[in-house]
Amino acid sequence: MTSTVRPPLRGLGTAAALLLALTACGSGGGSSSGDVESALEEGGKITVWAWEPTLEPVVEEFEKKHPNVEVDLVNAGTGPDQYSALQNAIKAGSGIPDLAQLEYFALSQFAVAESVADLSSLGADDLDGTFSTGPWGSVNIEGGVYGLPMDSGPMALFYNADLFDEHGIEVPETWDAYVEAAEKLQKADSEAYITADTGEAGLATSLIWQAGGEPYRVDGTDVTVDFTDEGSTRYAETWQRLLEDDLLAPTNSWTDEWFQGMSDGSIATVIAGAWMPANLESSVADGAGSWRVAPLPQWEQGAAASAENGGSSLAVPEAGENKELAYAFAEYAAVGDGVDTRLDNGAFPATTRHLESEEFLSREFDYFGGQQANKVFADSASNVVEGWSYLPYQVYANSVFNDTAGKAYVSDTTLAEGLAAWQKETVQYGNQQGFTVNQ
Amino acid sequence: MTTPAAPATVAAAASPWRLRSGRSWMGWAFIGPFMAVFALVFLAPIAYSLYLSLFQDRLIGGNTFVGMDNYAQALTDTQFWSALSRVSLFLAIQVPIMLSIALLVALAIDSGRLYGRDFFRISIFLPYAVPAVVATLMWGFIYGNRFGLVGNINDGLGPTVPDLLSPDLVLASIGNIVTWEFVGYNMLIFYSALRVVPHSLYEAAQIDGAGQFRIITAIKLPAIRGALVIATIFSIIGSFQLFNEPSILQKLAPNAITTDFTPNLYTYSLAFSGQQHNYAATVAIIMGLITMVIAYAVQLRGMRKDV
Repeated sequence: MTSTVRPPLRGLGTAAALLLALTACGSGGGSSSGDVESALEEGGKITVWAWEPTLEPVVEEFEKKHPNVEVDLVNAGTGPDQYSALQNAIKAGSGIPDLAQLEYFALSQFAVAESVADLSSLGADDLDGTFSTGPWGSVNIEGGVYGLPMDSGPMALFYNADLFDEHGIEVPETWDAYVEAAEKLQKADSEAYITADTGEAGLATSLIWQAGGEPYRVDGTDVTVDFTDEGSTRYAETWQRLLEDDLLAPTNSWTDEWFQGMSDGSIATVIAGAWMPANLESSVADGAGSWRVAPLPQWEQGAAASAENGGSSLAVPEAGENKELAYAFAEYAAVGDGVDTRLDNGAFPATTRHLESEEFLSREFDYFGGQQANKVFADSASNVVEGWSYLPYQVYANSVFNDTAGKAYVSDTTLAEGLAAWQKETVQYGNQQGFTVNQ
Repeated sequence: MTTPAAPATVAAAASPWRLRSGRSWMGWAFIGPFMAVFALVFLAPIAYSLYLSLFQDRLIGGNTFVGMDNYAQALTDTQFWSALSRVSLFLAIQVPIMLSIALLVALAIDSGRLYGRDFFRISIFLPYAVPAVVATLMWGFIYGNRFGLVGNINDGLGPTVPDLLSPDLVLASIGNIVTWEFVGYNMLIFYSALRVVPHSLYEAAQIDGAGQFRIITAIKLPAIRGALVIATIFSIIGSFQLFNEPSILQKLAPNAITTDFTPNLYTYSLAFSGQQHNYAATVAIIMGLITMVIAYAVQLRGMRKDV
């Protein structure tokens, strides 16, 4: 008979809990790091979606330090695959992780859709100055902080010094010199290319960023896309010269063929972020000792401009059930001791504290013949051009880059025309999605 | 099966199933399990797609009912129609080639004059047993002009083979893969149809003085017309559904195979990189209708008694 009494009581209990939760929310607006502290003490379980391998040891450490907390690290796919899965989970309203790795270019898409939470109230607004300008600018969207920068990719030029010496080529300081080096190399050895590029949105946008272009301007839902500004035009013209004379190896990035090309001397340089060394060490082992790192060639003689390429943040989905605890872990991994663990495992930091530390800067890379490569990267990080922003739907835009701008790589279409087609497509999509683009 | 007791038992068993109206529900009990599964896995997804196609879910503004707007958009969507014309071109060229080869091989094997008939039959059928993904990867490696067989030929003989993965040639390259994959399958359909033609007909024709060619045109081809129509319909559906091959080759030739290369690939990119599930559902429905109409028209035309 007692069982008949239970349901109403249980209902009452839920109502009370709900009420408590509501009041908790109400008071949680102001301060915050207190909430995070208490969430840590209370413990619980959080699910983290990330493909970054260096997070694994961080999770182990974190669980050791906070025995009440259980962190379930799930690899839900790399990049776009994970974003699709996350978007589907958010749409379905179930199976949403508490914390997710989002690349900088993808973050604003989730922020604008209010799929990820503004972390300011959880303590992220105190982190100004903690990170280098590039990554910090990328997570600051519309006055909120939507993710904690986990790593960064200040760009540099990775080059095969032995190959350069063999053909008497100087390390190019400008992009014009880079094109000349490409010609010289091709003349000396028809099998050798200055670099491989089959059209990659990430590289194109980064180089435009470095050239001072601002093709994307975002003000809330008002978006402007313009690939005819000076920086974009500069990039398009220079790259067109490489394309016209077939100076770029038609090898897709991240294929075996690509790495092989770097090993056998048919690909002389790679333009990439500071996360590249680990990839070179593991996949181009033959190149050890031959490769070096140089600052990115410049668009203006004597300038020192740079840009970011890649890098990700940790963001807390709005629908996550344990935001405080998720934030606590993100802070540990992105600001706290977790950063040191990740650096030991080959990550490149976004934190100024590490970027400026003598130990970090003076590290000698055996792969680069003992060069202190981190100095080049750190300089690059501090020279990142300010004012860049990605589209609030960059993930989609990047997916149609090869449909449009990619035509310049395989037909008579010029890169400028290709970029114009890319612009047209992204404008159309943006307007369909409810943004006001170029209106 | 007609035992004397049968009518009585049927009547007795049927009575509980008989409603007052006198209608028998016995049949429903038998097809019930099928109908349930059919409704769940076939009708429900179609109904859900139809439902989805009436809405629009935007990043800004959320989900709204838009009626037939998605359909109106699809009718003027140049990306969709260029994808459709691409697979239509594929259909018009690749299918006749593939079916002709399959027919030729089937006739050759059926002629009884081929030495090692079983060996030919199995080796031509074998590619069909290779998964499409594996087949495409394999051909992709052959096509590659920097690392594949084509690359080796070019290295050895100088640049003689054009880039088979360039935008102009990639559709033909895909056609080659699909032909390789499905000649054996169609050959088997034709061959099994030929096997049931009574040999006495051939003998009679030979006595009347008909040559082999005459036997083929007057007896064999009319006899397997049903199989020809079926194979054609399968091939039409297959062409319109082209997805695996371009989707895998896209990794090797990202600039030649666009995300809207075929209607199915376009639907896929709409849903998974554009998050436009509603519009993807609309395009899928329209594509399904077009495929049905064309396949049905071919069937009507092919099955007509007088040609």
